[in-house]
Amino acid sequence: MPESNNAATLHTVPPIALRRRITDHVMTGAAVLTVILVLAPLFAIFAYLVYRGVGSINWAFLTQTPKPVGEAGGGMANAIVGSGFILALASILGVPVGVGAGIYLAEYGRNRFGDVIRFTADVLNGVPSIVIGIVAYSIVVLYQRHFSALAGGVALAIMMIPTITRTTEEMLLLVPQALREAAYGLGIPRWRTTLSITLRTATSGVITGIMLAFARVAGETAPLLFTAFGNQFWNLKVNEPTAALPLQIFSYAISPYDEWHRQAWAGALVLIVLIVTAVAAVRFAVRRGTFGAA
Amino acid sequence: MAFSALPRPDMPSPQPIDAVKVSDLRSPGKQPSLLVRGTSGETGDRVFKFGMLLCGLAVLATLGLIVYELVLRSGPSWHAFGFKFFGGHDWDPVNEQFGALPFVYGTLVSSFLALLIAVPLSIGVAVFTTEMCPKALRAPLSFFVELLAAIPSVVYGLWAIFVLVPLLSNYVQPFLSRTLGWTGFFEGPPYGISMLAAGIILAIMIVPIISSITREVLMVVPQHQREAALALGATRWEMIRVGVLRNARAGIMGGVILGLGRALGETMAVTMVIGNRPEIAKSLFAPGYTMASVLANEFSEATGDVYLSALIEIGLALFLVTIVVNALARLLVWTVTRGQPSRANA
Repeated sequence: MPESNNAATLHTVPPIALRRRITDHVMTGAAVLTVILVLAPLFAIFAYLVYRGVGSINWAFLTQTPKPVGEAGGGMANAIVGSGFILALASILGVPVGVGAGIYLAEYGRNRFGDVIRFTADVLNGVPSIVIGIVAYSIVVLYQRHFSALAGGVALAIMMIPTITRTTEEMLLLVPQALREAAYGLGIPRWRTTLSITLRTATSGVITGIMLAFARVAGETAPLLFTAFGNQFWNLKVNEPTAALPLQIFSYAISPYDEWHRQAWAGALVLIVLIVTAVAAVRFAVRRGTFGAA
Repeated sequence: MAFSALPRPDMPSPQPIDAVKVSDLRSPGKQPSLLVRGTSGETGDRVFKFGMLLCGLAVLATLGLIVYELVLRSGPSWHAFGFKFFGGHDWDPVNEQFGALPFVYGTLVSSFLALLIAVPLSIGVAVFTTEMCPKALRAPLSFFVELLAAIPSVVYGLWAIFVLVPLLSNYVQPFLSRTLGWTGFFEGPPYGISMLAAGIILAIMIVPIISSITREVLMVVPQHQREAALALGATRWEMIRVGVLRNARAGIMGGVILGLGRALGETMAVTMVIGNRPEIAKSLFAPGYTMASVLANEFSEATGDVYLSALIEIGLALFLVTIVVNALARLLVWTVTRGQPSRANA
């Protein structure tokens, strides 16, 4: 396509009117401008995160719980661990269901009913996270009568399921039919074929999908506001309010104290670094461990 | 389907192996199968399929549960206010008077503002990556744009509070009020925290969604459309306008609506910069409030059944609107990309 201008200037084609050529250049310039305008915030955000965050991360930040207002120091250690805890709960609840539903869609769902589930998963994917928070509140918190890590886990699990379902399905469908038939030909039952042949071949793709879902919910704040709620202290009990990194960043960011603002930036940097390393580490491990297509 | 299954005389048929249906061999009624050891395979299959079906049903049940809980728990508010709920201006928890109009207004205006900014940007980026830029730049560009989608909402909010808002109040807002103040949309004190700030941060957040869908849609526009336009002597921009964008209209619209869905439900970043005041103001410099923000701010502190149920009713409304918006978008994108393999070699 970039040759179009050159081709047009050849003598076989009448020369393009000046106005049209100018329009062409202006629009190209406009497109370049949009790219710059879109990428500028991206780089600004990362630059600011590093600039404000790196100076604020220290040993205390990573190992201590928050100090009361007015006292310098303290950290978000409990929030970092709390986030990991809630995410672990969410993964335990969400991953099996998501993968199972994906298997159903890929292996048994080539019909109207499968379409219904597929559409439902897509719809579920678009439900605002704050609404999912309300639902987790009313099915868990209202029965337990207090905020809890479990409620936060349920909310995040609900958000993970549709993403995992759809990517698992896509990855399983990429596995060649011949592989399944080879297994059937050896007399292996269908369920065993699905688990040991199809799913095994698609492992790295499925795990990539899980990590995608994980990364998406790891930074979620809204569904945790009235489920996990936050906590100034350590907690690793399923039915107690628990601190989470995004929650802590939020409450520090809107506070009027400079010290807390500083820690909010540090927390944001830690959050992004943790998400990126978690995803990268799993991808790396998967790529080395299996030979399937990603 | 039946037609395509017929053997074509001009082609060697690679089909016969597929034609042997494995399920026929293994269903007990038709013929005893040598391929399956005893009945364990049958039982295992049935149990496994049932288990997977349960997981699939769990997806349906989750959506059902969301609807059920929202409808059930918004009941008291619905009975107290009915349709007036969405027309009322007052939000007075002390006297238990609730009207959601300021929130609905805030959500609509901030999302509309976001679209106004994000749509041209996203289409520009998508057009640049698919039609203009050198091939080597394509992958990194898409990667960077998609990276925007990976930044957590709360981090956007943090950045907006400490970078975007001061920028707006020091430079952008004074400039806008000097040049466009007469319209009434840009008047009032330039505090930075405003509907405008919310719209801008939302725009940054929805650009990756709209541009990635647009890119996908542009990729499935047949190559011969471009070639035909160029062969007629079109410049590159004319080719893009006539050959590409016009063909991709419906799909781009789908992407835009999907972006709208995200903007409507976005909570944290907006809550952090919009000012959280339930008022309806003409000026974009004035603070506002959105449906999602009021949930974020007041839900855990809501005392009293009516208060809580009024908030849940806002949640229900938000849910219904995003469902409709998303379904519409999926439908549009689906009609465009259906059946067409994406241009893998492009």
